[in-house]
Amino acid sequence: MATISSNLLFIAFILYLISILFYGGSIKSKNDSSEKQGTNTWGKIAVLLTIVGFVSQLGYFITRWIAAGHAPVSNMFEFTTFFGMALVGAFIVIYFIYRTTLLGLFTMPVAILVIAYASMFPREITPLIPALQSYWLHIHVTTAAMGEAILAISFAAGLIYLVKAIDQTKASKQTFWLEVVMFSLVTVLGFVAVSSIFSSMGYHEKFNWVDKHDNQVTVEYTMPAITGPHEGKLLTTNGFKPLVEMPAFINAKKSNTVIWSLIGGLILYGLIRSVLRRRIAAALKPLVKNIKLDFVDEISYRSVLIGFPVFTLGALIFAMIWAQMAWSRFWGWDPKEVWALITWLFYAAFLHLRLSKGWHGEKSAWLAVIGFVIIMFNLVAVNLVIAGLHSYAG
Amino acid sequence: MKDVKCECGHVNPHGTVLCEACGKVLDEQEKNNKELLDMRYEGSARRSQTYNKTIIDKIWNFFSSVKVGIWLIVITLLTSTLGTILPQEMYINLPPDVYYEQEYGWFGKLYYQLGLHDLYGSWWYLLLIAMIGISLVICSLDRVVPLYKALKAQRVTRHEGFLNRQRIFGVTEHPEEKDLAVIKNHLHERRYRVREENGDLLAEKGRFSRWGPYVNHVGLIIFLIGAMLRFIPGFYVNEDLWVKEGETAVVPETGEKYYLKNNQFILQHYDKNKDKTFEKAIEQAGSVVKNYQSNVVLYERVSKNLPGEKPELKKLKEYKIKVNHPLDFNGYSVFQSSFRSELKTMSFVLANKKTGESFGAVNIDLEDPKATYNLGHGYSVKILNYFPDFEFDKNGEPSTKSRLPNNPAFVFSMTTPDKSKPETSFVAIKQTIEPFGENTYKMAFQGIETKNVSGFTVRKDSSLWVIILGGIIFMIGVMQGAYWNHRRIWVQNKNGQVWIAAHTNKNWYGLKREIETVLLDTKLVIPEDQQQKENLEKEGV
Repeated sequence: MATISSNLLFIAFILYLISILFYGGSIKSKNDSSEKQGTNTWGKIAVLLTIVGFVSQLGYFITRWIAAGHAPVSNMFEFTTFFGMALVGAFIVIYFIYRTTLLGLFTMPVAILVIAYASMFPREITPLIPALQSYWLHIHVTTAAMGEAILAISFAAGLIYLVKAIDQTKASKQTFWLEVVMFSLVTVLGFVAVSSIFSSMGYHEKFNWVDKHDNQVTVEYTMPAITGPHEGKLLTTNGFKPLVEMPAFINAKKSNTVIWSLIGGLILYGLIRSVLRRRIAAALKPLVKNIKLDFVDEISYRSVLIGFPVFTLGALIFAMIWAQMAWSRFWGWDPKEVWALITWLFYAAFLHLRLSKGWHGEKSAWLAVIGFVIIMFNLVAVNLVIAGLHSYAG
Repeated sequence: MKDVKCECGHVNPHGTVLCEACGKVLDEQEKNNKELLDMRYEGSARRSQTYNKTIIDKIWNFFSSVKVGIWLIVITLLTSTLGTILPQEMYINLPPDVYYEQEYGWFGKLYYQLGLHDLYGSWWYLLLIAMIGISLVICSLDRVVPLYKALKAQRVTRHEGFLNRQRIFGVTEHPEEKDLAVIKNHLHERRYRVREENGDLLAEKGRFSRWGPYVNHVGLIIFLIGAMLRFIPGFYVNEDLWVKEGETAVVPETGEKYYLKNNQFILQHYDKNKDKTFEKAIEQAGSVVKNYQSNVVLYERVSKNLPGEKPELKKLKEYKIKVNHPLDFNGYSVFQSSFRSELKTMSFVLANKKTGESFGAVNIDLEDPKATYNLGHGYSVKILNYFPDFEFDKNGEPSTKSRLPNNPAFVFSMTTPDKSKPETSFVAIKQTIEPFGENTYKMAFQGIETKNVSGFTVRKDSSLWVIILGGIIFMIGVMQGAYWNHRRIWVQNKNGQVWIAAHTNKNWYGLKREIETVLLDTKLVIPEDQQQKENLEKEGV
């Protein structure tokens, strides 16, 4: 069952990947009939591929659920994969409201990055600790992920808006920050590439080091150590000697991974730039020329409107119900809880700015981008850096 | 303050921008403007926009501003992040003045000194939340009342200046009579409420979605009130309770009415041989806990509560308290929250140091040690002194830190037939001291027995239902506001033409699609999105 499950996930991943080509095609071949609404053959195939991929991933989800005996949303790999699936699902829903394949061209790469990122984490089926043994695990986590996914669609739409609206002929604050967003996406790809390369090489090196309580411990690196642990002694022969030694209170292994991902990101970004010979956002500009700004602005806003109640329900209300049962208090100011509250406050501010202060268009698009950054921070940094009750990384 | 009478005859309250009835622009500055109308709150007279004299006006105006509300949200959001940098006070197990500096150096010390270790309980954080609460109330009141009045007073026939400055607007020069009937039909099909006056139409639907924001604000206020209720004594109980296996303890804060007996504490781990699916994961993690459970019996006291008298107990129920499955009774919940092992007995044998010959075992109950253990044949052991939690005090004298047997130590007096005086030996874990010279006999350590102590959290939260109610109302309000739209379509005869204008509070795309279907099979001109036209001109498309 577990093998079937991972095969289905792989199929879904490949289908998503192919669908991007068709989304690209559907935009390119649309050039002549700019005013006409509706989807051409390329677009129809793209959407079909997406749906088949989604069904396949749903198959992964169900089979893994059967194999594990609990919903596969209980560790970093499972949760992030589910988030990717929810993103695709949210796109399919929004697509059938607004019928624009351009949104797919921007959403699918994000979903693929999310799933690829997920698969860099241990993929074993993990048993549930007592606090997680509750049907609220399924309800809370899936609803929260769906809310976040719908909110993420507003990011994709916001990105389209910015690519179209920002003047790329001269460098400005806007072009810089939009390029930072593009670079961050490339860096995720960099992380995936670097991790895959070293893991396929089977790279390992071990250190003895001294932690902040002066205990002798060993740590195993899966990438060559640029930043070595505090007073680390390399145990592996022919291992890579660290260039810098980190103080004891910094997790040298994680900082090493971050540095490698940045290196990977920079190399990839450099390659892309040297091929394109201009900013990534500038290169994407021709793709978005037929879309109306008002239209993407509305998709972005609508996604927030649809996603906000779902997020509230999943990430706050269901979370509180479960917390009351598992930890005897519905709210405990755990970092993950606080960041869910921060996300919620942010989107509340977003809605108020839009409704009352008239922050439409570009401002609203930037807010959608920041919102996604907060969601990603909650997913990545809060799990891996700030340890708490929700920490999947341990 | 004077009310304003519009040319249509309707009397508007002072400060009204758009006539409540016909929509004519009343604001002098706005009158000659050609731009699209600002339709927020229907141009109604809001107190905050009208009065600014007294101190109450000023406070009202401050809190009624959405700008202020947004700033409060943003400040709360930003400060909240600070509390996640280091663990908060409730998640650490050392005194905070020690912990932060020890774990995080100068940064930790600073963090502690700034009070960020208890950020969410700090007065200024609570003040921020309170201000958001006030802002919610005043913002809502300032808007909902005039909005309600304006929507109630609106008439079907609207002023020209109102119609042609709507975002969606179009004129049909030579309308056909029968088209109006077709539209009406279509509007009914699409669930519009259609009102008609002098041949003019006003089709409206989803007005209740306008109340969504106010409903959700009410929910939030109820929620915040619920969160405040726990500061009232008796509303909120949160106590730790440790019960050893086999013992019965009174449940705190119940007026000594309920007693809990802990029959057994169970700790289970996943077994990689049995739970095959998790084999790899268990291997990596070492061991993973499967279950924390206490099998308990709940008793109620039936006798009067007299001091010194043993209470008479009636068994209420047996229950297996597990994580996620608390024991509930009479508003109280008992949660499995922790456990520890405690030393129960320690056993020694009296033995000859040289020959190793033993003369009988001593099994000491660490909670209730006997004074003398008689081993027969003239051998006996007396406990001269017992330190359950042994340490050397400031003067270098042996003493005990607590009554818990964490680190037991004994002063034994060993009586043997071959010695005229008993020998004295001081025995602690891993150390023996013979204070009065070399002994012939010793108390040789044999083993320990432990027993489990279950840690429970006893909780009563009478404010919970208020919080639940607030949450439900909030969700209803949010959905009401987010998933429905308030749409209005005006179809009016002006100078022999038909003017069509439309407004929605959101989802203009949906409204435009809907108008297209409504005007299907008619010769009426589909109205244009004037804002989009403007923007497209700006974009130079």
